[in-house]
Amino acid sequence: MISLIFRRFLAALPVLLIVVTITFFMVHSAPGGPFDADKAVSKEVLEQLNERYNLNEPVWKQYFIYLSNVVQGDFGPSFRYPSRSVTELILTGLPITFELALYSIIFAVFLGVSAGLISGLKPNTSYDYIPMTIAMAGICIPSIILGPSLSLIFGITLQWVPVSGWGDIPGDKILPVITLGTAYAAYCARLTRGGMLEILNQDFIRTARAKGLSETRVVLVHALRGGLTPVVAFLGPAMAGLLAGSFVVETVFGIPGLGRFYVEAAFNRDYTMILGTTIFFSSLIILFNLLADVIASALNPKLR
Amino acid sequence: MNSPESSLYEDAFKRLFSNKLSLFSFIFISFISLLAILTPLIAPYDYAYQDLDLGPSGPSKAHWMGTDVLGRDLFTRILYGSRISLMVGFLATVVALFIGVIWGTVAGYAGGKTDTIMMRIVDAMYGVPFIILIILLMVIFGRNLILLFVAIGAVEWLTMSRIVRSQVRSLSQQEFVLAAKAMGVSRIDIIFRHLIPNTVGPVIVYATLTVPQIMLLEAFLSFLGLGVQAPMSSWGILIRDGAVSMEEYWWLLVFPSILFSLTLYSLNFIGDGLRDALDPRTM
Repeated sequence: MISLIFRRFLAALPVLLIVVTITFFMVHSAPGGPFDADKAVSKEVLEQLNERYNLNEPVWKQYFIYLSNVVQGDFGPSFRYPSRSVTELILTGLPITFELALYSIIFAVFLGVSAGLISGLKPNTSYDYIPMTIAMAGICIPSIILGPSLSLIFGITLQWVPVSGWGDIPGDKILPVITLGTAYAAYCARLTRGGMLEILNQDFIRTARAKGLSETRVVLVHALRGGLTPVVAFLGPAMAGLLAGSFVVETVFGIPGLGRFYVEAAFNRDYTMILGTTIFFSSLIILFNLLADVIASALNPKLR
Repeated sequence: MNSPESSLYEDAFKRLFSNKLSLFSFIFISFISLLAILTPLIAPYDYAYQDLDLGPSGPSKAHWMGTDVLGRDLFTRILYGSRISLMVGFLATVVALFIGVIWGTVAGYAGGKTDTIMMRIVDAMYGVPFIILIILLMVIFGRNLILLFVAIGAVEWLTMSRIVRSQVRSLSQQEFVLAAKAMGVSRIDIIFRHLIPNTVGPVIVYATLTVPQIMLLEAFLSFLGLGVQAPMSSWGILIRDGAVSMEEYWWLLVFPSILFSLTLYSLNFIGDGLRDALDPRTM
């Protein structure tokens, strides 16, 4: 098990390095320097700024300076807000985005697995069709539609819940979590259903039933373990989607998280901030993929 | 149930269309695609034409989906938006198909070390958070439509190559391929005449499911303001504009949203239906 984790971790490192390298050189080959917008800046100040951000060094040297800083957890100062470091900005937004993603994934797994279990246990009945049709709708109504629609219906028209903020007014976390979680709940439901259908036909389930175990025990202890493998494997990539989805949800609901910082940095051409957040997001996603891999092989020894 | 003459694909389509929802989805997609192709001929207004005196107005006889804040006809903008959304969806899928099928076939047919190396590359690329890189690409190199679907296509081929590879690996062990080899058919001919045509089934299914994913990605980028540029429209842009002014002008959000959702729903449904139809084991 430990050697497996170690092997996967070693395989992830070059991927991360490649991402960092591509991002760095992409940002540096961008047309227009970061200080172009502020034409009022005098020549001396511009030189000072270039000096400060190492922009006078050759690119490869900047790359190695940056790399050694990143390894020490220092993403440099933000171009846009020079008084704040990128690391500081990331740490401000991260808890909020993490909370949003965590609630959404809990919502998705709880709702999705329950719905998928009901469908999988009674395939081709209305217990199957109704949740699966809703799941299909959940997949096809993207967050860019679901978010505005939910806030129009439940926030503005019915006035049940607040439509913006995060942790300011009670209930303002409900809509963002539903918006972000719904599509994943739908995927979880479909994967659980598929997993259960496959498992329930296997010999060891028949054996368990023949032993006279109660149906609840057969389903919840014996079948669910194998039936959930696809869901667990899905959670790693889902985290990537959740983080990307947080861009939209945080923009729609005015949540001051990492996703909104990233979109803002992209607009402001805040190069160090883009670089920092991209590397940070990438490491997170690679880490979650790794985690999902390890959990999946813990559940299913065949994958080792 | 099979008459001896009917091929797998005739059977598959019969099965697909015996499902009312699949049939409806197929008709709907054909209809939308036709509208998108004919847009320049049938659009009632110019997509950039602004009627500032009129401003935002609800659905009426002259503008039957209403007009936006600048007095532009919403129906026209939805039509032009469908062109961008569908084009990005289909073209990027073609790019993904092209790379994925060739990569997968070569890996699967070559086997051995070549296969291991090629598939390791695919494995490694799965770990890369491409959506973030695509956003970065759009920020840096401007909102270039061609770049957009090449970039998206270059990402979406990974799963395709895996599917094709596993197909080719099992196919290349079969007698007809061995027979072709024994008869001295060249590698290129074996790949293009015997292997690739036999992978079509799963490839079609996956391609059908890739189109809505890519359309979603495009809408997502446009929603964040990183897609095509104004005054051009795409469904993502229309939905964003609708979301901004939904409190006063509900129609700006409702019409593009319904159309976009229905399109995604139909494409997913056709993909699912095709998978069931082409894979008789699930019947």
